[in-house]
Amino acid sequence: MAVLRCNALQLRYTGMMPKAPPLLSARGVTKFYGGIPGCRDVSFDIWPGEVLGIVGESGSGKTTVLNCISARLEPTSGTVEYATRHDGPADIYRISEPVRRLLMRTDWGFVHQNPRDGLRMEVSAGANIGERLMAVGARHYGNIRQAATDWLDKVEMDTGRMDDLPFTFSGGMQQRLQIARNLVTAPRIVFMDEPTGGLDVSVQARLLDLLRGLVSDLGLAAVIVTHDLAVARLLSHRLLVMRRGEIVEAGLTDQVLDDPQHPYSQLLVSSVLHP
Amino acid sequence: MTAAVRIEGLAKTFILHNQGGVRLPVLAGFDLAVEPGECVALHGPSGIGKSTVLRCLYGNYRADGGRILVSHRGGVVDMAAAHPREILAVRNETLGYVSQFLRVIPRVAAEDVVAETLRNRGADRERAAEAARAMLRRLNIPAALHRLAPATFSGGEQQRVNLARVFVADYPVLLLDEPTASLDRENREAAIGLIREAAGRGVAIVGIFHDSEVRAAVATRTVPLTAAREAA
Repeated sequence: MAVLRCNALQLRYTGMMPKAPPLLSARGVTKFYGGIPGCRDVSFDIWPGEVLGIVGESGSGKTTVLNCISARLEPTSGTVEYATRHDGPADIYRISEPVRRLLMRTDWGFVHQNPRDGLRMEVSAGANIGERLMAVGARHYGNIRQAATDWLDKVEMDTGRMDDLPFTFSGGMQQRLQIARNLVTAPRIVFMDEPTGGLDVSVQARLLDLLRGLVSDLGLAAVIVTHDLAVARLLSHRLLVMRRGEIVEAGLTDQVLDDPQHPYSQLLVSSVLHP
Repeated sequence: MTAAVRIEGLAKTFILHNQGGVRLPVLAGFDLAVEPGECVALHGPSGIGKSTVLRCLYGNYRADGGRILVSHRGGVVDMAAAHPREILAVRNETLGYVSQFLRVIPRVAAEDVVAETLRNRGADRERAAEAARAMLRRLNIPAALHRLAPATFSGGEQQRVNLARVFVADYPVLLLDEPTASLDRENREAAIGLIREAAGRGVAIVGIFHDSEVRAAVATRTVPLTAAREAA
């Protein structure tokens, strides 16, 4: 075998890809509820098309972080920057209220664990999807209805159920409707809080497959909070492990799950069956 | 010619924090260079660290020391130092890894599991599905099973889906962790055929083959692993 020397000039270390600007950057995000810390000094970046999982036990601060980075809960300190389409990076808590509202209706989606928190239960499935389009200016009834039909189809729902109220749907269907409602405005990033949490496992599997397909087909970035390590493994590229409001480990999903470094990550991984 | 894979001084120690902080040194100062067209068999007793080498290479184990250089897109990436996003790009284009067990989303059809490899590399849906079916047939998975989810398959069938989803793409580097472990003779032959063809195309292969017949059939070189405790 030829003896080869590695030429240092050939090396491309970490820098190359991350040079593209992140879509969202959290720096030192800290949230106190009164005197009680919800999350402390949380920093990370998310790039376009990337799915970031946040795992940890109940009360570890996962949802606090999700709310802080999605303009739903202003942190006590720290910044959250979002790369807007036209004006570059902007601190989401320092932009004007109308701009923030527009971003929340267009560029960002939020999928709640309980679909009833994300749907309007008193209007039809079609209206739930159409409403978000109308909020960004769509007025043509035929086009809106067509978009709603397309999205019901994409989330594998019977388009014949378009005029039914959400409460007539099963939990899994409500969750798919909530996802359709969020994706109809072609957001660039979707925040999800335990999206498969309340569903039985057979429904969960199909929803996971659907989410994975949509995220990769649409090139969406997503942040997914879950306590289910198997869900995290299947959906996310990178993982943050949180404990007592702090990130204790971050890395490539399968690296964190197959070779956890922090004592708490090791405990988490060794406590479940087949993560 | 440059090595497709070059490992220099790889060290790996597992620390079990929840079991009294036990330290398990597995690799220390491990070196390996693999040229395109070579099939290197890692050899040694169970627990010596063969799979650990493959996993450090693939990046799902974190190296504690050393460099793991992989030729990627005309450059070289150090898998031990690269950003997670870069590791994912290397995996998508350069590194195919056949693990010991198939791990997939339940209820997704075997054909879609295999096609996903190509779809992730930019192939359109139809072409990816066609190639997936052809590769499954080549590994003797009958067409009647292609639309079924592999969770219900036998161990051998699952392992062939696992092989299909890597061999369906033309990765320049392949990592094979006991790729034929649960296969019968006919399917072992099919797997051997795929591995030899890949090496013939200039793919660099690092593998663990317990079956000595398989090893003799595919390996161009055998690298023995010795205990890190003694080497360190």
